[in-house]
Amino acid sequence: MYGNDVIDPNEPLNAAETAAYDAAAEHEDQRGGRDTVGGDFDALLAADQRIEPRDAMPDEYRETLIRQIAQHAHSEIIGMQPEGNWITRAPSLRRKAILIAKVQDEAGHGLYLYSAAETLGIDRQELLERLHDGKQKYSSIFNYPTLTWADCGAIGWLVDGAAIMNQVPLCRCSYGPYARAMIRVCKEESFHQRQGFEILWNLMRGTESQKAMAQDAADRWWWPALAMFGPPDTGDAAKGGHTEQSMAWGIKRFSNDDLRQKFVDMTVPQAQKLGLTLPDPDLRWNEERGHWDFGQIDWDEFWQVLRGDGPCNAERIEHRRRAHDEGAWVREAANAYATKQAAREREQQQKESAA
Amino acid sequence: MSTSASSPSTDTGTTPVTEPVTGAVSSASESAHRESLPGAAENTGAAPGAKPYAAYLLGLADDAMVYAQRLGEWMTNAPQIEEDMALGNIALDLLGQARGLYPYIGSIDGTGRGEDDYAMQRDEREWHNVHLVEQERGDFADEMARLLWFSAYQVELHTSLTGSGDDVVAGVAGKALKEVRYHLDHASLWVVRLGDGTAESHRRMQAALERVLPHLAELFDDDEASVLAADLEVGVLPSTLHDAVVARVAHVVEQGTLTLPDGSRWRSRGGRAGIHSRPMGSLLAEMQHIARSHPGATW
Repeated sequence: MYGNDVIDPNEPLNAAETAAYDAAAEHEDQRGGRDTVGGDFDALLAADQRIEPRDAMPDEYRETLIRQIAQHAHSEIIGMQPEGNWITRAPSLRRKAILIAKVQDEAGHGLYLYSAAETLGIDRQELLERLHDGKQKYSSIFNYPTLTWADCGAIGWLVDGAAIMNQVPLCRCSYGPYARAMIRVCKEESFHQRQGFEILWNLMRGTESQKAMAQDAADRWWWPALAMFGPPDTGDAAKGGHTEQSMAWGIKRFSNDDLRQKFVDMTVPQAQKLGLTLPDPDLRWNEERGHWDFGQIDWDEFWQVLRGDGPCNAERIEHRRRAHDEGAWVREAANAYATKQAAREREQQQKESAA
Repeated sequence: MSTSASSPSTDTGTTPVTEPVTGAVSSASESAHRESLPGAAENTGAAPGAKPYAAYLLGLADDAMVYAQRLGEWMTNAPQIEEDMALGNIALDLLGQARGLYPYIGSIDGTGRGEDDYAMQRDEREWHNVHLVEQERGDFADEMARLLWFSAYQVELHTSLTGSGDDVVAGVAGKALKEVRYHLDHASLWVVRLGDGTAESHRRMQAALERVLPHLAELFDDDEASVLAADLEVGVLPSTLHDAVVARVAHVVEQGTLTLPDGSRWRSRGGRAGIHSRPMGSLLAEMQHIARSHPGATW
């Protein structure tokens, strides 16, 4: 919809533009042979078939998915705020239109994911209450502030880029409704990531203050974006976390560390193309490994923000709760009206059948 | 008001949009914009001459632009997530209408300005929108009252403008008409739901219908620019839309068990001449400050 005449459209900028995504989407299209496997959970998993809402599944599997899909949905909804903050201030009408469409997409992703969670036997209302009460989390990345226009670029490029890297493997998740949601979400996120890159591309080819704005945003978002993949879960760290069980269930397909490395490998050349310096003195190409080496992530900061002591934790939930509370009378009115309408229709039908 | 074809330069006396053509002013980006407009082909032949109805179109474009800006404020603040999306959609449509008109206005007012020149670089006195669209966001009932009136007005306006003697205007109106019909449906559904919902929602919706009242007369004022545009068979006299718009709104209000309030003791005026109410300055400050903080920058 929004053309891009600057950047080579054939060159993949994110994981949803790679063969891995195409393979996952194609895999979904071509699934067959479910009938020969039968309905047993383990047999379905072993045959790389999807678990569907009516299939029997272990309670822990169900609970894990509810938690993960809800957290993902909440992230979309809370994630509307940092960029929504810039809709009224976007510096050109084209940028304003793209930004409104993006925040709208995020709302749509949230609804889509809440629906996927609802197939597991919980409703959106309850999930929202858990979010508002702090019982369920959203991605910690949204607890960082959007201080300048360039942050809209950095979020698209880095945050959406990291999210897509996480989500492309989820297109092959064992739970059918989640996998299908991810195939669609990744496609749209891919546009967002490209638009974010383009924002920074233009800034880096602009005035000195625009370049400084872009560099400042990259400095602030690089490390939080790397932390988005979650704490280390390979080597000594492999025990104790969720990774092992989630992999056995076919929910997770790659470790946090693998995905983080893939993201770094994909993103560093893009930073070079943009002309941005990533804020890591240890960043260098390792010929032997065939990967980019990078420095230590500040996991103390990660846990601190996750526990609620980040720059915007209170603000995000407060904003969400306020909008929800201010809209309570509207939702009540809609329900009351629907009830009245249903009663009127029943009455009408009774009249007609009596006549 | 006289319907004689007065010179547009005497219209408001405040805007540069009616300056005489000083030469063929046309930037590459502006040409690109024009080429993407429906019906633009007929208007790109010789050097574009000034057309006297630019001020009229600017009023229409500014209405759409400023209302898009206000509706954008709802995103993340709506009563439910579906409504964040719906109001975002409507904001996008209105933004699209403004973007369809601004570059064309730039090509006929002799200035060659592009869409961002109009949106980001004009001061308050140079904006021609009605006060209705610049008012601060109230509660959800206030927004639905405003949207009901404005979209009913836009349905009648664009229905009429599809027959405009200017092909570009007719093209923009044809596209807009499909959109504003949906806006009107959306507002109507909510006004009925809120009116016929709970006691609280009924009270709030009725109060909102009363609060919006002073800002409606301006939509139907035959100011000099619209008289001129109507004389040239490009525009429509706003007063001729009044009865049909009121009929549309009255029907919805009645369905919602609400009462259409009587006339207001006071009414807003002056928007088309660049005289605005207090919220307009803050709206522009917010909308324009990044663009204006970086003169000459592209984004």
